Amino acid sequence: MSHDAAGLPEGIVGHHFSSLARQNEAMVLGMWLFLATEILLFAGLFVGYSVYRYQFPLAFAEGSRHLNLTAGTLNTVVLITSSFTVAMAIHFARTDRRIAAAVCLAITILFALAFLGIKAVEYTEHFHEHALPGKFYAFEKVMIPGAAMFYTLYFLMTGLHGLHVIAGMSVLSWILWRTLQGRYSSRYHTGIELGGLYWHLVDLVWIFLYPLLYLI
Amino acid sequence: MRLSEADSHALAGAPAAPSYLEDGTTVMSWINTRDHKRIGVMFLVGVIFFFFVGGVFALLLRFKLLQPGPFFIDAISYNRLFTLHGVVMIFLFLIPSIPAAFGNFVIPLMIGARDVAFPRLNLASFYLYVIGAVIAIWGMVHGGADTGWTFYTPYSSTSPTQVAPILLGAFVLGFSSILTGLNFIVTTHTLRAPGLNWMKLPLFVWGIYATSIIQILATPVLGISLLLVTVERIGGFGLFDPARGGDPVLFQHLFWFYSHPAVYIMVLPAMGVISETVCAFCRKNIFGYRAVAYSSIGIGFVGFFTWGHHLFVAGQSTFVGGAFGLLSMFVGIFTAIKVFNWVGTMYRGAISFKTPFAYICGFLYFLVFGGMTGIALATTSLDIHWHDTYFIVAHFHFIMVGASVMAFLAALHYWFPKMFGRTYPEGWGLVAATLIILGFNATFIPQFLLGNFGMPRRYYQYPEHFQALHVASTAGATLLAFGFLIILIYLAIALKYGERSAPNPWGSKGFEWMTASPPPTHNFDVIPTITQMPHDYRTHEPSGVIRVA
Repeated sequence: MSHDAAGLPEGIVGHHFSSLARQNEAMVLGMWLFLATEILLFAGLFVGYSVYRYQFPLAFAEGSRHLNLTAGTLNTVVLITSSFTVAMAIHFARTDRRIAAAVCLAITILFALAFLGIKAVEYTEHFHEHALPGKFYAFEKVMIPGAAMFYTLYFLMTGLHGLHVIAGMSVLSWILWRTLQGRYSSRYHTGIELGGLYWHLVDLVWIFLYPLLYLI
Repeated sequence: MRLSEADSHALAGAPAAPSYLEDGTTVMSWINTRDHKRIGVMFLVGVIFFFFVGGVFALLLRFKLLQPGPFFIDAISYNRLFTLHGVVMIFLFLIPSIPAAFGNFVIPLMIGARDVAFPRLNLASFYLYVIGAVIAIWGMVHGGADTGWTFYTPYSSTSPTQVAPILLGAFVLGFSSILTGLNFIVTTHTLRAPGLNWMKLPLFVWGIYATSIIQILATPVLGISLLLVTVERIGGFGLFDPARGGDPVLFQHLFWFYSHPAVYIMVLPAMGVISETVCAFCRKNIFGYRAVAYSSIGIGFVGFFTWGHHLFVAGQSTFVGGAFGLLSMFVGIFTAIKVFNWVGTMYRGAISFKTPFAYICGFLYFLVFGGMTGIALATTSLDIHWHDTYFIVAHFHFIMVGASVMAFLAALHYWFPKMFGRTYPEGWGLVAATLIILGFNATFIPQFLLGNFGMPRRYYQYPEHFQALHVASTAGATLLAFGFLIILIYLAIALKYGERSAPNPWGSKGFEWMTASPPPTHNFDVIPTITQMPHDYRTHEPSGVIRVA
């Protein structure tokens, strides 16, 4: 066992790492690289958005006007607040306040659920209005060329983001479980930090989606 | 080559730990392993299997092309076969071949580590490979796809064949590739042995490092593009459908943003293998270490800005075409730097003409030939004549088979004793290498001519005056197939009955030879301290370059 991991729970430091510090470095680097791949995954959709927005500026403006701005704004507030609570959870874990950390994580997960709930309300509205992607598009209020494309991209982008919210929630639930078990402390808190990083990415993608889809 | 006295002395002192092959022999001990060496071996078995599957598809195609008219198989099967040949060879063989099989095995050994940074993720990457392969095979059995491996829209979103499972399979394989790349980058950053700074890193590690950057940055874009085509097929979303305002060319942009850099995923590890083996078989340190290392990164970087040369005839403006053409030629500069340095390494070296060296020679010739035709193709005016003809097919086979497969075979022979502790029959090795290099030329030089005469790629029928060249190409492909078959047979025999090899049969001073062959599960009893450059043959210190701390 490496010198800086003495007294920590078994199995925290892999046999192939010379020290806990080195392993933390590896884990954080790995997470950042993974986040880079996530950003490039979304990048394909952002490129598609730019191309078609350039091609159909009117339809995109009209489509955007018919989205539920209140719901979108509310969701933005919900996600930004959840990023704050997850940051607080990390802070508490670092300062050995396990219960406070767990409470903050639980609140974050509730915010994620709230986000999905609001999104579900929005999706239901679209279904009733037949504002659906591609060949299913039959939204009477916006019947100009390219409007279907706006809704296609809207569903693809928010849908992929929604999947990431679900993934993030699962990760945070698992970390909540580990927190309750007492795995994170002032000496070891890399796991919870990585979960937080991932959640910030989910938040950050939305920060870009919100103005692109709802505001401009 | 004999083991140097100092070498055997260094190794004799080590306590005899069981090798990674003897450390558990049950099936579970393999499929549940975290050992990078076992995962590498499992990848090796997988990629070799799929190499033969893809090869059989190729042979069937070549057999049909013996006759200009309908013959042997019908047109739709022909279209399926060339699609599956491409998909299998690229996603199931070339992309994982050198990085996932040999990279996994030797990188931790080369940098003096006990494993890769994330062993569990490494195993997950292998399972994703298996799952992706199973999904793709399911699709192949249930109808296959006839779109070509490029899946161009709108045909791929409307084709009556089973495109969706193949797209999904490629999507999953992409994630396997991403995880492998991520693991190698983190491993190289955090697990280098004491004393091993970046300017002492073996050049194979530099090659894999550059490859991994491409895998991480480009593969997600392929993932989303394939996903969008799947959604388009299943849900009719119309993203690439002109009838709904979509732009099929957008798919081409997204697809080649990955798939052009993917060529460098296939060739950079190959270049890394050559940088290692050329030193070992010329007994000389590399000529121009920094130039070779940095040019890998250079190729990885420039590779991201060349995708437009696949769209020269897709309605791109002349200016954009010219810009992409010029950027593509930069790849030629970096490649030429490497070729120059490899030849410089050979100059006045003590060359031992073993099987891997035969493949090095093949590699250099194919890379230069394929690369020069690539420069010609990057010239827009010439490309308009050659676009979508057999000339293109021959060009990229020179790089992908010529260069990458030669390097794969060089690596297989060079590291066979390292991985399995056995020797392969040298005579048969040279026979197979000769067959393969001759057969390859016979297969693809006629295709350059065919393309130049105007034979389009992927056509089921052709005018009769092309028949002679097609027959020559098929004859060459048969020779190639015999060559590969011979290798398969003698390596399978050597695996069981081959003579036990010395720990370092080549007398190589590559860092991966610092430990026993085959290595023990934990690689090193004591993590070595690196004091020399890799492949430093100027001194008579043991290849171990170890000074145990």
